[in-house]
Amino acid sequence: MKKQVLALAVMVLAAGGAFAQANDTLAKIKSTGAVTMGVRDSSGALAYTIGDGKYVGFHTEMSERILADIQKQLGLPKLDIKRQLVTSQNRVPLVQNGTVDLECGSTTNNATRQKDVAFAITTYVEEVRIAVKANSGINSIKDLNGKNVVTTTGTTSVQTLRKNERAQGIDFKEVMGKDHADSFLLLESGRADAFVMDGQILAGNIAKSKAPADFKIVGDALSVEPIACMLRKDDPAFLKAVDDSIKRQIADGSLAKLYDKWFMQPIPPTNTKVGLPLSEATKAAWANPNNKPMEDYVKK
Amino acid sequence: MGKWDWQVFLEDPGGKIPTYWQWLVSAWGWTVSVSLCSLVVALVLGSLVGVIRTLPDSPWLVRFGNAWVELFRNVPLLVQIFLWYHVVPKMFPVMSGLPPFILVVFALGFFTSARIAEQLRSGIQALPKGQRYAGMAVGFTTPQYYRYVILPMAYRIIIPPLTSESMNIFKNSSVAFAVSIPEMIQFAMQAGEETSRVTEMYMAVTVLYVISAMVINRIMAWVEKRVRVPGFVVAGTGGGGH
Repeated sequence: MKKQVLALAVMVLAAGGAFAQANDTLAKIKSTGAVTMGVRDSSGALAYTIGDGKYVGFHTEMSERILADIQKQLGLPKLDIKRQLVTSQNRVPLVQNGTVDLECGSTTNNATRQKDVAFAITTYVEEVRIAVKANSGINSIKDLNGKNVVTTTGTTSVQTLRKNERAQGIDFKEVMGKDHADSFLLLESGRADAFVMDGQILAGNIAKSKAPADFKIVGDALSVEPIACMLRKDDPAFLKAVDDSIKRQIADGSLAKLYDKWFMQPIPPTNTKVGLPLSEATKAAWANPNNKPMEDYVKK
Repeated sequence: MGKWDWQVFLEDPGGKIPTYWQWLVSAWGWTVSVSLCSLVVALVLGSLVGVIRTLPDSPWLVRFGNAWVELFRNVPLLVQIFLWYHVVPKMFPVMSGLPPFILVVFALGFFTSARIAEQLRSGIQALPKGQRYAGMAVGFTTPQYYRYVILPMAYRIIIPPLTSESMNIFKNSSVAFAVSIPEMIQFAMQAGEETSRVTEMYMAVTVLYVISAMVINRIMAWVEKRVRVPGFVVAGTGGGGH
């Protein structure tokens, strides 16, 4: 009995130690020489995979640069960057429990998520739009009445969609794809008439599709959402290191070049262009670095 | 992990359904419908395939039955769901008009039918050979001696594994989320994301899964007791499903 109590006490202590360490990511990176970044496989040009375990995209490359800056700051001769694929559903828990240290993908910074995680300064402002087949005759949200509308499980777009549905008194059937690629497949195969999602994810998926000319993006933005890197809560030193690196990238113009590389130039694997110029909202976010949640954008 | 917040179920998700708990009930409805419909498909097909695997003097039918079981038992369930959803409608355009619900019921039903077929075969083969010969000796045709002699006993033997299978089908129905069925796992993921109350959502869902599976378990236990043949050795224990 005594032994069991002792074992339990040791376990509790060990767990406590792990927790204490988890809230100082910089110390963890320094002591282990390794860091885990969360990557996405189909978040449009922001973060996606080109197969073979290679993850690329605007935010993926930006987070590699952030980690390089952190390596310099810590004076580490070598930093082992591990990549962990995350999904819309598991990204928040994986950041919380320490599996992932820094997730730069397509995560919307909103007040609900701020209860669980911290966000770096906003690096991209997203507008939720509607993608349809070019010949579908759908031109705005009102045309969605009675249609099948797909959106991706575990994203904020679902709620946006429902609120619009109720506010505008239209009635459509909500279909939930398990990830963006799946949702787009539903649109492509005709199981859904429209795909409501972040504009660049739609643009990216259309650019990558077999026949990009068959699709178009219509209607006004249903909502405006700040996208930012996500990291563990209550770790001010790590947050500052990440923010400083992003500010450096904005100041020396390298972030703008990076944007041009991923959104205006042909990108792998198909060497097609997304063709989404830097929006006014994103420019404004870069000019005044902040980590305001989505709710603050609505009030404007 | 902080305090529980069960009032989250009274919040408004902002759509047609006024609160999260009502959404959860609707998700439970989907889970139950998918499971029960699949169970019917699985029982009918499983019985059919199980019987033809034991037919005497029909080597091709037996081979077909064996192939059926191996095919549906050896391919992972999630892969089968995707095949039914994305590949089958491409190969047979007629089926592209079918709602996802039907396709998922087929997928889950066919998958489980292979397992039920295997159980029924073992149930039939567990009977002494003399039973079949006795049936033949009194002049029954093959369908007749299956109907009146073999199957009544074989089904009684396999009630315990059938109970497990019926409970499994409830649990396996969770993969339906992958093809846009708004069932409980999908609810837990989406509502958890919207409210940041993932733990509460999953706990509620877990409780409903346990309740559903237990109800099936009790029904099957009742059936087992009800159809028991006094003196028939394997049905002698009554009670539980395992």
